[in-house]
Amino acid sequence: MAVLTVKDLDVKFHTPDGDVHAVKTVGFDVREGECLGVVGESGSGKSQMMLAAIGLLARNGRTAGSVLYRGKELVGLAQHKLNQVRGSKITMIFQDPLTSLTPHMRVGDQIMESLRTHQKMSRKEAYAQALATMELVRIPEGARRMRQYPHELSGGMRQRVMIVMATACKPDLLIADEPTTSLDVTVQAQILEIMRELKSKLGTSILLISHDMGVIASICDRVQVMRDGEFVEAGPIEDIFYRPKHPYTRMLLDAMPRIDRPKRPGHAVPAPMDRHRPVLLTVENMKVHFPIRMGGFIPKYKPLRAVDGVSFTLHEGETLGVVGESGCGKSTLARAILKLVPKTAGTVVWCGRDLDRESREELRALRKEFQIIFQDPLASLDPRMTIGESIAEPLRSLEAGIDKTKIEARVGEMLKKVGLDPAWINRYPHEFSGGQNQRVGVARAMILKPKMIICDEAVSALDVSIQAQIVDLILSLQKEFGMSLIFISHDLSVVRQVSHRVMVLYLGRVMELADCDSIYQDARHPYTKALIAAVPIPDPKLERAKPKIPLPELPSPLDTRAGLTFLKSKQIDDPDAEQYVPQLIEVAPGHFVAEHDPV
Amino acid sequence: MTPILPSERAALMNRAQNIKGRSLWTDARRRLFRNRAAVVSLAVLGTIALMAIFAPLLSPYTYEEADFSLVSCAPDWWRMETARCQAGGAHWFGTDAVGRDLFVRTLFGARVSLAVGLVATGVSLLIGVTYGATAGFIGGRIDEAMMRFVDVLYSLPFIFFVIILMVVFNRNFILLFVAIGAVEWLTMARIVRGQTLSIKQKEFVEAARAAGVSSFGIIRRHIVPNVVGPVVVYVTLTIPAVILAESFLSFLGLGIQEPMTSWGVLISEGATQMENAPWILAFPALFMAVTLFCFNFIGDGLRDALDPQDQ
Amino acid sequence: MHFYAVRRILGAIPTLFVIITLAFFMMRIAPGGPFDGERRLPPEIERNIAAAYNLDRPLHEQYLIYLGNLLQGDLGPSFRNRDFTVSQLIAVGLPVSLRLGVSAIILALFLGTTLGVLAALNQNRAADYSVMTVAMIGITIPSFVTAPLLTLIFGVYGVSIFGLDLSLPVGGWNGGALRNMILPVTVLALPQVAIIARLVRGSMIEVLHSNYVRTARAKGLSSYRVVTRHALRAGLLPLVSYIGPAAAGLATGSLIVEQIFGLPGIGRYFVQGALNRDYTLVLGVVILYATAIITLNLVADILYRVLDPRVKYD
Repeated sequence: MAVLTVKDLDVKFHTPDGDVHAVKTVGFDVREGECLGVVGESGSGKSQMMLAAIGLLARNGRTAGSVLYRGKELVGLAQHKLNQVRGSKITMIFQDPLTSLTPHMRVGDQIMESLRTHQKMSRKEAYAQALATMELVRIPEGARRMRQYPHELSGGMRQRVMIVMATACKPDLLIADEPTTSLDVTVQAQILEIMRELKSKLGTSILLISHDMGVIASICDRVQVMRDGEFVEAGPIEDIFYRPKHPYTRMLLDAMPRIDRPKRPGHAVPAPMDRHRPVLLTVENMKVHFPIRMGGFIPKYKPLRAVDGVSFTLHEGETLGVVGESGCGKSTLARAILKLVPKTAGTVVWCGRDLDRESREELRALRKEFQIIFQDPLASLDPRMTIGESIAEPLRSLEAGIDKTKIEARVGEMLKKVGLDPAWINRYPHEFSGGQNQRVGVARAMILKPKMIICDEAVSALDVSIQAQIVDLILSLQKEFGMSLIFISHDLSVVRQVSHRVMVLYLGRVMELADCDSIYQDARHPYTKALIAAVPIPDPKLERAKPKIPLPELPSPLDTRAGLTFLKSKQIDDPDAEQYVPQLIEVAPGHFVAEHDPV
Repeated sequence: MTPILPSERAALMNRAQNIKGRSLWTDARRRLFRNRAAVVSLAVLGTIALMAIFAPLLSPYTYEEADFSLVSCAPDWWRMETARCQAGGAHWFGTDAVGRDLFVRTLFGARVSLAVGLVATGVSLLIGVTYGATAGFIGGRIDEAMMRFVDVLYSLPFIFFVIILMVVFNRNFILLFVAIGAVEWLTMARIVRGQTLSIKQKEFVEAARAAGVSSFGIIRRHIVPNVVGPVVVYVTLTIPAVILAESFLSFLGLGIQEPMTSWGVLISEGATQMENAPWILAFPALFMAVTLFCFNFIGDGLRDALDPQDQ
Repeated sequence: MHFYAVRRILGAIPTLFVIITLAFFMMRIAPGGPFDGERRLPPEIERNIAAAYNLDRPLHEQYLIYLGNLLQGDLGPSFRNRDFTVSQLIAVGLPVSLRLGVSAIILALFLGTTLGVLAALNQNRAADYSVMTVAMIGITIPSFVTAPLLTLIFGVYGVSIFGLDLSLPVGGWNGGALRNMILPVTVLALPQVAIIARLVRGSMIEVLHSNYVRTARAKGLSSYRVVTRHALRAGLLPLVSYIGPAAAGLATGSLIVEQIFGLPGIGRYFVQGALNRDYTLVLGVVILYATAIITLNLVADILYRVLDPRVKYD
């Protein structure tokens, strides 16, 4: 018998702006010991479906249909009866582990709470069981962790704690709603590995909800593809990935960037680069340190080394990809280059001019030549300004004396170029989707026809299908206007698609810098290798056959030993001491690698 | 836990027909007018305001006309007893302890109380916005120092100083406005500073800086329009607090002086007459309570309209 | 943690200093003195009295003398009631006001919190709307309206339910008898009940919609447990920050309540002192209130940091 059988499940929301039909009469089942994946983009209703199934829907939602847990009907079940199933037989883990854990309770207490409520264990028994589960989930120093508070743990550790909480009672079904979306890719790989182990060791069925086909490919047995509240396709994993039938599924697979296949048919590729083109930008030993106040009667300050000695050059027409996980300093680097954030040391030379030596007025005039596209399309547009006004802003401030009709003409022209209807010039950002707003962001960055654009995670907040469109747009604009790009992203697959050269950052320092193919096919630094190995490939056979390269836990950036994580042999065991700075060595022409201990 | 609207669909539905966009203000206005309590409050408030403005035209009596033959008479439509009161004219709210018409006095009281409310709030708005915006925009050490100062002042029951001031300067009318306004500017400053800080950190401000917009330009075009919302809400909620503060002072004998009158004065007079002539307290108290209710409903409505939370 | 406390205490001292200075100079700037309105005394006697009160010295000297005395705990003699020192007068009035204030804050906290939590748990339903309406009434109707109203109902006309005589005395302290305290405490507490109810309701609603409460529910915990162990603590935290403003509100309210009910507390002394230009008395009361409120704010601040584990002590 299936563990969970869903039939004709229908979810509607009653909002002041009208009724929303989130889930349209869907049905599926989860079998014993299997992992079922539900994949869909934002707005597909996949999360709402599961919240409705276990009775956690918001108050304005209406559930209809049937959800059978081992034959027992859950829809409409009384709260206290539902509570016997929830948390012990069917458990759930959520996307954001920081806000999903109670901040004022110790982690251990939160874990033991489930055990004591559902299995009536005594404190001692619960403690022992909790420790045992922590070992299962590979959390070292379990006893110490139990006494900590959620905010004292890293993101990956918190998610592991959530998994412990969800598996301590040995549930039949674990529902995971985007469990790795807010985690770094290396941490994501570890969490997926843990989930795979749990499935085999405990025989727990897993329902995995995700928008990422690569994640689905790594642990699922069967897949349901969801769009707009309905399933468009379902089947065993090999069918879905190798023989997709529905056009939406095919579109999803097609749009997803693959780290092992940079060239996708029907999509743009970067224009060929000539390394003899003039140098636009030279960054030399850039450092950005923020003083962090430490406790004590007389406050002391410790430097947070967000960027700690980064150097590179950028040629005309070149795209430099900058990759790294959270805390590596890539966004800070971008802002420091554009002088939006003050730097602590280093030089930035633009077309031969040292930006530090420029007067305020001259610097302002120079801004015409470099622009930036931000990550969050809605946050980077002033909600009180029309999109026309937002796009025209750089024009108005940097091209003095330009008259109204000219401005409108140029904005209209730009709107057309980015694929938006010029008639929408007086609309407001909240009337558009994320993808359309990001096109507005592109238009704003392009309107002055700059020589360089920095894309700071410009596509990370978008659905995969939209992401592909925006990447194509940026590449085609680059082909037309010939500007250089600094493409910052944590997603190595996308970076491979657009870059000529790639720079890998870790805790503010450069680990490896080389041309695209060398990085992806011939990585030398252990961090680069681990990073590349961790990226999930939307191909089940390849994904599961991949070797797993473990990474040490991300150290605190305030700890001076952090910079020598890969060169432990030269490390002085004192968190405050001045440490050796690993040098960049040119192992092949144009291929630089930071010193590291041999693996 | 909001359901996510598939907004691609929504965008497709907006065909190129209407070029005019739907600004956030339009949205807010629509939401406000759907709030029944707020709409009713606006209507009631408007009526009271009109009555206050046209007070002299609405009654044959003036507010200081004392008719000692008609002392403490109940309203016309509630004449209970004495023949003494039958002789009187149209006293719709009755008369007070010295025979003045209560209806006119209530309306004149409305004038004064509403005026104090608006002017004192204006004072607090001016001081608070300037202070808060400066602190928020400059940031850093100066901001910290400025906010420390606010914290210091915040920890006092300011009304004590107002009382001292009123005593010291002999109940100066202008001083009343300034003093009461000075009580409320602290919270206004805090709100404005908080908003300024949070907007300063938003990405669209960074984008503006990358586009070369000057600091002044950023303040004018980005910060001010985005701060207006919460400020308007708070102003609507400050006015009733100010009216209350004025009535408080008047009750203690330190506010509006004779022969002018405000609701606070009327209520304090009425409180002493409560046993034998309850209407003297009832009508001004009713008017004041209703006005305060209306402002609160409108303020809440504005807050929900400008920043709709998930329910 | 201790460093934070010490720093805050040190920071509070200048605040107090500023307040004392401000109050002192404000009172002195005022025209008229403690002798106005009385029949004229012969000039020598006036001079003697002035000398006794140090009024013949230059202003800044008076200030320094006052500060010096203050440090020794001497608030000076009352200008009006020349037989008593300010400290003595305060000593008489303080217990009254203290009993009043503490009772009011306890009532306000319990009632307000209960109502607020009730409203939050029943959001947008009958209980919520009724609580919010009562709260609205409590905030908008001033105490000098509720006081006479309640006095009328319970005091003058008297209320009798089921043969139980619920009538209460109209005024007077009567040594703090319970029957005399009921009305004043209720009137004083009412606005605070309303504000606290609104505060708690808003905060609890936010917490009840948070992700970690969702997790707690997903863990199959009973509603009771979810609310008491997971939601309540974070939901009630803003109350701690409200202690200071609440005390300030009660201090302000006590001025009216003591006046109306004829209670011999320091609020009444303050008002009378202000009207009579009794400098030392007014100053003494202001200093007392200010010290109390600043201390409360300090305690609240430190308490907040202790209760919220996310805040890093700096």
